[in-house]
Amino acid sequence: MERERNLRILVAKPGLDGHDRGARVIARAFRDAGFEVIYTGCHQTPEQIVSTAIQEDVDMIGLSILSGAHTYSFPRILELLKENSAEDITVIGGGIFPLEDIPKLKAMGIKEIFEPGAKLQEITAWVGENVKPREGIGA
Amino acid sequence: MNIAEQIVAGDVRATARLLRDIDDQIPSARDILKELYPHTGKAHVVGFTGSPGVGKSTLVDQIALRYRQDGLTVGILAVDPTSPFTGGAILGDRIRMQRHFLDSGVFIRSLATRGHFGGLTRSTNDMINVLDAMGKDMILVETVGVGQDEVEIANSAHTTVLVTVPGMGDEVQAIKAGIMEIGNIFVVNKADREGSRKTVRELRTLIELGLRRRVENGWEPLIVETEALKGRGLEELYSDIQKHREYLRANPQQLNEVLWKRARNQFVEALRDQTLRTILDRLNNRGVSLDALIKMIMNKEADPYSLVHEILNEELR
Ligand SMILES: Nc1nc2c(ncn2[C@@H]2O[C@H](COP(=O)(O)OP(=O)(O)OP(=O)(O)O)[C@@H](O)[C@H]2O)c(=O)[nH]1
Ligand SMILES: [Mg+2]
Repeated sequence: MERERNLRILVAKPGLDGHDRGARVIARAFRDAGFEVIYTGCHQTPEQIVSTAIQEDVDMIGLSILSGAHTYSFPRILELLKENSAEDITVIGGGIFPLEDIPKLKAMGIKEIFEPGAKLQEITAWVGENVKPREGIGA
Repeated sequence: MNIAEQIVAGDVRATARLLRDIDDQIPSARDILKELYPHTGKAHVVGFTGSPGVGKSTLVDQIALRYRQDGLTVGILAVDPTSPFTGGAILGDRIRMQRHFLDSGVFIRSLATRGHFGGLTRSTNDMINVLDAMGKDMILVETVGVGQDEVEIANSAHTTVLVTVPGMGDEVQAIKAGIMEIGNIFVVNKADREGSRKTVRELRTLIELGLRRRVENGWEPLIVETEALKGRGLEELYSDIQKHREYLRANPQQLNEVLWKRARNQFVEALRDQTLRTILDRLNNRGVSLDALIKMIMNKEADPYSLVHEILNEELR
């Protein structure tokens, strides 16, 4: 009998800026692509994001960013994942980034960055191809 | 330490991963569940059910906070619907529970129904067992807000809290029609809204009219008004849940009834799931696919009843 795993994704919005329209849109696109999306709203600290990712056992964290909050939060999230032996969780970012930051973020371990022009289809297709549900534990 | 031992020791990562495997029906999860079962039976399970948007998550958040003040640890299972069209889901109950994200005494897991009806997921009972074995004192289960048939929770929880809001005349009718019987405690949330008292009166009338049997058993369903957003009425809800718990303790017969329902439900569920899976697996190993059987039925080459009969004769010999 088939036992196909569902991809589980955390969509979070670190930083202090107020609205989460972008995050909601991408959450909906992921749902429509057949993924299970844990959605936690705005104002998430890196600590909250990583703790949620671990409790929810997600395969990927999608971070939505508006205004420069990535310089602190992205490295901190990667660091916390490592501290919790959870660096197998893929992290991607979407939003507005200064051009020169993108290679730095990727070098750091952010798997992909999507800028505002990116099509939703492009993002969901990337996830479908690059993120795989993890193996079962035990036995 | 093996995985079961890690979970009993309270390991969050191991617990989270096992829950995933259970949800995905990975066979090895069953072996870990077997090991965990002897460690279950200590937690008190409280179910929160009611229509979409009535404030279940907000109430769970507040009541969890109250238990934390008592020094009790809390496990939360929050169910949201899977889209029948895409198989995907947006699980948003956590939005209301952010203050607990960094509290190691609270474990929150969001679950998608994945096509299961009744308000819970196929494996909610197994997950309750895992959180129980993990050592959580209180387990709070938020059902999906589907309307009238989220009655499954009553077979999983010790205490069932049915949440409604003022100004939903139809809502009270719906409660009367279907799910009145399962509520041990009724919450009228959003009591800041007009018509709260009226809703309380309507509920009280229904309880007095319709629930003679329950009252004879010594538990008269309690009604409490809350404003979950501001925490108003939460102390009362907390003490009502406490009262129900004490009532069960003081009435072994009632407690037995609850435990019996839970045990029966779990056994029958496990039996059904595993029998089905075992048989489909065996057929598969013999090169018979489910699709092929369905095709035979569709083409009227066979009828479903004879096929099942044959398969059972073959496999259960
Ligand atoms: N006015 C008022 N609004 C409330 C109260 N409690 C919750 N809400 C609001 O009602 C909305 C729904 O609350 P939730 O806690 O998400 O409701 P829910 O029953 O969990 O919803 P689903 O999980 O989608 O079925 C939110 O916008 C809350 O802020 C209350 O006491 N008064
Ligand atoms: Mg909710």
